[in-house]
Amino acid sequence: MIQALAFYVMAAVTVLAALAVVGARNPVHSVLFLITAFFSAAGLFVLLGAEFLAMLLVVVYVGAVAVLFLFVVMMLDIDFAKLKAGFAQYLPIGGLVGGILATEMILVALAVGREGAAAKNALPDANAGGASNIEAIGQVLYTDYSYFFEAAGLILLVAMIGAIVLTLRHKPHVKRQDIGAQVARTPKKGMEVVQIKPGSGVEL
Amino acid sequence: MTAFLLQYLPIVIFLGVAVAIGLVFMVGALVVAPSAPDAEKLSAYECGFPAFEDSRMKFDVRFYLVSILFIIFDLEVAFLFPWAVTLMKMPHGAQIFAFTSMMVFLADLTLGYVYVWKKGALEWE
Amino acid sequence: MNNITDSLRMAHPEVILSAVTILLTAIGAFAGRKASLVVSALAVISLIGVAVIAAIGVPVGIAFGGSFISDAAASYAKVGIYLMSAVAVILGYGWLGRLSARQFEYPLLILLAATGMGIMVSAGDLISLYIGIELQSLALYVLAAFRRDDPKASEAGLKYFVLGALSSGLLLYGASLIYGFAGSTHFDVIAAAVKAGTGTGVLFGLVFLICGLAFKVSAAPFHMWTPDVYEGAPTPVVAFFTAAPKLAAMVLILRVLYTGFPDNIEQWRQIILLIAIVSVGVGAFAGLVQSNIKRLLAYSSIANMGYVLIGLSAGNHEGAQAVLIFMSLYMIDATGFFAALTALSRGGKPMETIADMAGLSRTNPAMAITITLLAFSAMGIPPLPGFWGKFYVFKAAIDAGQWPIAVAGLVGSVVAAFYYLRLVKVMWLDDSPGAVDKGPLDARIVAFASALFAFPLVMIGLTWIEHYSGYAADAFGLL
Repeated sequence: MIQALAFYVMAAVTVLAALAVVGARNPVHSVLFLITAFFSAAGLFVLLGAEFLAMLLVVVYVGAVAVLFLFVVMMLDIDFAKLKAGFAQYLPIGGLVGGILATEMILVALAVGREGAAAKNALPDANAGGASNIEAIGQVLYTDYSYFFEAAGLILLVAMIGAIVLTLRHKPHVKRQDIGAQVARTPKKGMEVVQIKPGSGVEL
Repeated sequence: MTAFLLQYLPIVIFLGVAVAIGLVFMVGALVVAPSAPDAEKLSAYECGFPAFEDSRMKFDVRFYLVSILFIIFDLEVAFLFPWAVTLMKMPHGAQIFAFTSMMVFLADLTLGYVYVWKKGALEWE
Repeated sequence: MNNITDSLRMAHPEVILSAVTILLTAIGAFAGRKASLVVSALAVISLIGVAVIAAIGVPVGIAFGGSFISDAAASYAKVGIYLMSAVAVILGYGWLGRLSARQFEYPLLILLAATGMGIMVSAGDLISLYIGIELQSLALYVLAAFRRDDPKASEAGLKYFVLGALSSGLLLYGASLIYGFAGSTHFDVIAAAVKAGTGTGVLFGLVFLICGLAFKVSAAPFHMWTPDVYEGAPTPVVAFFTAAPKLAAMVLILRVLYTGFPDNIEQWRQIILLIAIVSVGVGAFAGLVQSNIKRLLAYSSIANMGYVLIGLSAGNHEGAQAVLIFMSLYMIDATGFFAALTALSRGGKPMETIADMAGLSRTNPAMAITITLLAFSAMGIPPLPGFWGKFYVFKAAIDAGQWPIAVAGLVGSVVAAFYYLRLVKVMWLDDSPGAVDKGPLDARIVAFASALFAFPLVMIGLTWIEHYSGYAADAFGLL
């Protein structure tokens, strides 16, 4: 009973927050609503018994991704009012695509009700054999699914290389501290004694 | 399932208290505090002048680089949690295998880290 | 763990490639820009090496608990993918050298994309399908925007990324529906579960999955990104885009449909045929009004994906073989075309519009003959490769009783012939606006090699391709 109530409250918050993300005038508010949506989605995961996913959603999405989004919307020099002006213009086509997707989801939901996909393939018990959720993932992720695990590592490597290639710029003529070189400097290297002949200059 | 969810009861209570306290202060300020706004009070004020321009400005792309790298390493850490919890509970053969696969994963990302470091992406000029 | 050694042996090409990539990352990190030559050379050597290993040294079987399939089809595709990636590294090295912006990350990204494509063509379940696609796509997004100071390239990268992310979302949604209703991510288990017919849930999942994959091969109506990306991205990168990733995605579609849903052919055939017809139409008609050659070739590639899907809709051994033959021949043709574009410039400015090509037959006859041969091949003039590709594809469709579709495809290819003819006419009959630069050696060699393949090598090559693609098509276990 309380479980069902919690589900409906969190589902409603998720949907409303998602609507507010699109509708909010101020882009910073949009990001804050996005964080709300992430949080209540994490709550939904907990209700399903997927604690680890809920934690990941909070740690990765709220902790890192939302911060990146905040950076982007707070610091970009974009006139959001002008951007929003096109909103009404694209509303019909956006509504059409959204409507098609919504219809499909409803059809799928009806199919779930009729054929009972969940009944046919029962949800694996989150606490099978007393092992917690995170243990159940750990038992298979590094052994049976090690192939995907290593491939995920490669994807993270691509992300690293891509971020560097696309955004790293070095400003020229920046004087950096190089402690090794500074300590190793001797008077011999640091200065040069030049005998100047009268009437000629010095080449530096 | 209910027993499992009951573990989350403290968090729910905590969230409830947090929301309640937050609301108390906001509503309290609204109800108790004197409020008599006028146009001059509400206007932006900057060294005696009205604000010249929007406070948003283009800003260095390096901030994004730092936060993208943060996300990547955050994900790497996320993969470590289940490993840390389960490694010692596995049977011996699986344990060695799981340990090896995590070491390969870490070696991969550590070399990526070395690459990021050598490229100077972590330096602030 | 005997199991894992067997698995690793089957995945040798990908294991070697990822190890080499990590090693080269380290070399590049310590040696910096001057390592560019070493990294590129090692990348080319290892790509050719793993192509050889994929061709002769990989045991057939199922690895990693069914997530990785090593069979003749995977080997066939991997040879093509790795060789084309090697060509892309060579072309890119020369191109970056001319920009004096040599960076060792370029070969690294190609290697990572190639690894992703290897995972794609060997995918045995929905998870490896997605991971392979992501690994490949992420590397390609970065490559498209590799010249980050060029606004057009940045725009291309951004568009590619946003639409690619959308398609990944569609794909994931479809995959989750299929998993939910069929109860497994493995293609063979799915096939058993839906033998009696797909329910609403699996059907919707399949539709979304096909939409996501159609994005990746740039089939209409999911083609919007293609012209912009082809126009904005650097030409050698586009030469890579048009070849290996499309082969990988096509083999992946073959795997999903032929091994995951072999008994539901009546259901997916309609979707594939619709996509095929729209692609052929868009490719043929929208191509007519283009003045930029890279955009033109983008529409040409959309049309070509339509022809491939017509062959794929046959749903039998012949169809699979036709897809593999067409893609092999198309890859060589398209890479040659873009290599020729890389090689052509006038006064240091790349020649990218049809008007720029005027009088090329007098200023640079060798390149004019090359482009003419490749254009005739794309048109489908016998005995050039483009003809053979279309021949197998339409034959497969007609044998499977799909003759109205084959006729529609033929009409489309006749319309498309017009824009190749226009290009040829401009090159041979119009007056030249001025001398053309000599062009870099690497791009010229690739273009000439491709032309040489178009005529006369294709006669010999085709017997080999037919022979091996027959073996490869056997792997899908169809009639």
